[in-house]
Amino acid sequence: MAASPLDQFKITSKMDLTVSSIDASLTNAALWMIGIVAITTVGLMWAMRRASIVPGRSQSIVELLYEFVAGMVRDNIGAGGRPFFPFVFSLFMFILIANLAGMLPYGFTVTSHIAVTMSFALTVFLIVIGVGIAKHGLHFFSLFLPEGTPWYLAWLIVAIEVISFFSRPITHGVRLFANMTAGHILMKVFAGFIISMAATGGAVAFISWLPFVANVAVTALEMLVAGVQAYVFALLTCVYLNDAVNLH
Amino acid sequence: MDVDAARYIAAGLATIGIGGAGIGVGIIFGNFLSGALRNPSAADQLFARVIFGFAVTEALGIFSFLIALLALFYKI
Repeated sequence: MAASPLDQFKITSKMDLTVSSIDASLTNAALWMIGIVAITTVGLMWAMRRASIVPGRSQSIVELLYEFVAGMVRDNIGAGGRPFFPFVFSLFMFILIANLAGMLPYGFTVTSHIAVTMSFALTVFLIVIGVGIAKHGLHFFSLFLPEGTPWYLAWLIVAIEVISFFSRPITHGVRLFANMTAGHILMKVFAGFIISMAATGGAVAFISWLPFVANVAVTALEMLVAGVQAYVFALLTCVYLNDAVNLH
Repeated sequence: MDVDAARYIAAGLATIGIGGAGIGVGIIFGNFLSGALRNPSAADQLFARVIFGFAVTEALGIFSFLIALLALFYKI
């Protein structure tokens, strides 16, 4: 019978390696991540090999991406956001290419692993705390008490703000993971319907094109989700950094 | 009751909460669409806020998804 729709997320070792009793094997996830970084870097550099004032076709694509992220950083953080542009751009490009690479047939979606997405989310979280404390010192903790709060509500507002601040990395990382995982399971479940309906035979086999059409639509939707989730991740990074740079 | 059966029932019940996030996301995009159709020139400025509202609303659905995962896989 058909393989489980969860098989696509299986991590296998491509090269066994053990460093002082720690399993540091090169897995397929690591291989895909190296490939994504290489493709992104080489692709961007190749597109900019003949940089000119009037851009050619490939240079326009890179400028489009650059302008898109630069606009997002400028709108959300303001002038203080310039130093964070390289970070947000790398994050956006990696997640975008990783999501799209996962759509390839026989592809592996690294962003469907919570270990990957949570490392990103926690990195952003630690950077926000670090930047906030470096820039504002202990004043950073005024983030938990919005200006103009009546004193009799302060205890409640502080509790709510602290909880919402510390649940940020969880939702930030799990959102990307959940969206990619759920979408890819959906695609494989529909693909499984095609096979099992065709194998049933008779009238059921005759309408086995129905899940096929649905799967084409789901694939298109997943392409959209891949872009939107990369955008959401980068946008939320900007919003969280804005709190650290400008406070409330 | 068998513990594994209880796990599956709990995970199924936890997914009901995602319906609430669905209603919220639907309201956000529905209102964005009606606003954008009334004033198409303002649609571009609104889009970033729509995505932010969508992300924040969806976070609550993610919490119920997390509860489903915990119910399925967290061994006491």
